[in-house]
Amino acid sequence: MIKGDDDMNLKTLAMAGALGIAACAAQAEVKVGMITTLSGGGAGLGIDVRDGFMLAIEQSGRSDIEVIIEDDQRKPDIAVQLADKMIQSDKVDVMTGIIWSNLAMAVVPGAVAQGKFYLSPNAGPSALAGKGCNKNYFNVAWQNDNLHEAAGAYATDETFLNAFIMAPNYPAGQDALTGFKRYFDGNIAGEVYTQLGQTDYAAEIAQIRDSVADHVFFFLPGGMGISFLKQYADSGVDKPLIGPAFSFDQGILQAVGDAALGVKNTSQWNKDIDNPANAAFVASFQEKYGRLPSLYASQGFDTANLLISAVETADVNDPDAFRAALEAANFDSTRGDFAFGNNHHPIQNIYVREVIKEGDVYTNKIVGTALTNHADAYAPECKM
Amino acid sequence: MSLILFIEQMLNGVQFGVMLFLMAAGLTLIFGVMGLINLAHGSLYMIGAFAAAWVAGMSGSFVLALIASLAAAAAAGALIELMVIRRLYDRDHLDQVLATFALILIFSEGTRWLFGSFPLFLEIPPYLSGPVTLPGGIEYPLYRLAIIGVGLLVAAGLFALIARTRIGIQIRAGEADREMIAALGVNISALYTIVFALGAALAGLAGALIGAIQSVQVGMGEPVLILAFVVIVIGGIGSIKGALVGAILVGLTDTLGRVLLPAVFAQFMAPQAASSVGSSLASMSIYILMAGVLVMRPSGLFGKA
Repeated sequence: MIKGDDDMNLKTLAMAGALGIAACAAQAEVKVGMITTLSGGGAGLGIDVRDGFMLAIEQSGRSDIEVIIEDDQRKPDIAVQLADKMIQSDKVDVMTGIIWSNLAMAVVPGAVAQGKFYLSPNAGPSALAGKGCNKNYFNVAWQNDNLHEAAGAYATDETFLNAFIMAPNYPAGQDALTGFKRYFDGNIAGEVYTQLGQTDYAAEIAQIRDSVADHVFFFLPGGMGISFLKQYADSGVDKPLIGPAFSFDQGILQAVGDAALGVKNTSQWNKDIDNPANAAFVASFQEKYGRLPSLYASQGFDTANLLISAVETADVNDPDAFRAALEAANFDSTRGDFAFGNNHHPIQNIYVREVIKEGDVYTNKIVGTALTNHADAYAPECKM
Repeated sequence: MSLILFIEQMLNGVQFGVMLFLMAAGLTLIFGVMGLINLAHGSLYMIGAFAAAWVAGMSGSFVLALIASLAAAAAAGALIELMVIRRLYDRDHLDQVLATFALILIFSEGTRWLFGSFPLFLEIPPYLSGPVTLPGGIEYPLYRLAIIGVGLLVAAGLFALIARTRIGIQIRAGEADREMIAALGVNISALYTIVFALGAALAGLAGALIGAIQSVQVGMGEPVLILAFVVIVIGGIGSIKGALVGAILVGLTDTLGRVLLPAVFAQFMAPQAASSVGSSLASMSIYILMAGVLVMRPSGLFGKA
């Protein structure tokens, strides 16, 4: 076994030496299994991740990366079935794509235990960042708490004193409020858990009006956020809103309209981050798909480029070398400098964005930096 | 909690209830008259919202959008009654559930194919936006008051239709004995199509009204559908009066439960735990209400025993 690996390395090295760049083409084909949400509620996120990922693959011009894409319908049982099929019959080398943390928890531990690499383009549950970290699991987006921590830090910077905080009653919602409180120094004037999938927020808005809070932090992804923002804008309550980027991504801002204008939100990416890779990404995404990219699309794009950078320098059949190539993260991220921490989660800046209107299109612009070179709170617990 | 806040929350509960009534009225009519379980009722709600968002985007008129929602949902309702539902009346409920569940999938993916995966924009018209000050100093969104008004108007209209018109007599007779009224020369299949289209139009109207303050997206109908079923079970299947009372009860229980239960638990628990436990219990509250009603009255509040 060891001998075989050595042979392979020797051969690769010899070819690389002899043929230079042409060695890449001679390497074994890399099979990627992408499980993501392409139908039902929340399909917009999966579609953006897929489109961003495939754009990077296409731009690389590589024909040796094969991507198999399947729709998990946002259901953990289906995601597990698809993962089994990809590992056992398609024999994929690398897996990616999952949007939702509960699906990631159902798939990732099993996949990495079977020696597959998993590159997360979105979900970053704390269970996979701390004690449950794995040498074959890489998160290219963020640990779930990060954007909420940045919102807390921003609220502290703005010298807000009393926060009204609100999130759906499920693990990611509880993590959101915990993350906000970790970096917010003021008082919590109200703390409300809403129902997952709730669409009417009249009762919560009445509580916000009645509270002594001077601002509101909320984490309501997807349709929940659209509903809340429209109803909040119509209620006449004028306490400033702060949220993570999930309620303000490019896909849903157009559905919220004027109600979102001026709202501050925290994100690790925005289309105006000034670096050549990002400018090229935004322009080419817009040209290919006819819409502005969201942060999810940028995460898909970065994930694919990380993979490509590893494929260029290492053979996926040599797990140690391939892992080292992934850890090096030697690619041009749309976020600028990109590095992994010891638990394979990003160490990155998290920005404050403001919702603006450019012509007819609602979008975000960066107005400040909430946290610089921020690592997640669970990294010290990770021993790999 | 102050009295003003409490009254505001009561209004929120009534408004939520009235919206549920628009959904439940059609569902209970269809179930009561035709004995059909229509899971695709939520899809008709979605069709109403999408039609309204599309027309509002094209024309800029909210009134036209509401008319479009009524027309589109009624047309979709009549179409599926003629093509699919008609074949299901004599089947058992399992077949109906299967077929109408298939309709949900077809409508959801069809809508995605037409409009894409991203939510659509529909906004409150300027003349109905913003809060108004009610007696007692309560600031309340005008649009929510308008929803309460529209819902109560529709309820009054439905009562008049059922109680005072010829078609209402036929609907009531159809509920009681469908063979007999067919024998008396009433065109029962036309009657069924009309009732189905009427129920669909009400669902579409609800979708358009609610779409303006929520998110117009694929799959928006299913959460409301579940609540509408709870409403008609509480109110008694086939009863419009039951649907109205049940809807208001569910709306008030849900809203006040969400507000009061965490406050109650906060008396003896840490705030975070109280909020989490209270909110979990609040999401169960309407089902506990339903169970309670069914223990006291197994066929619902206004159902025929």
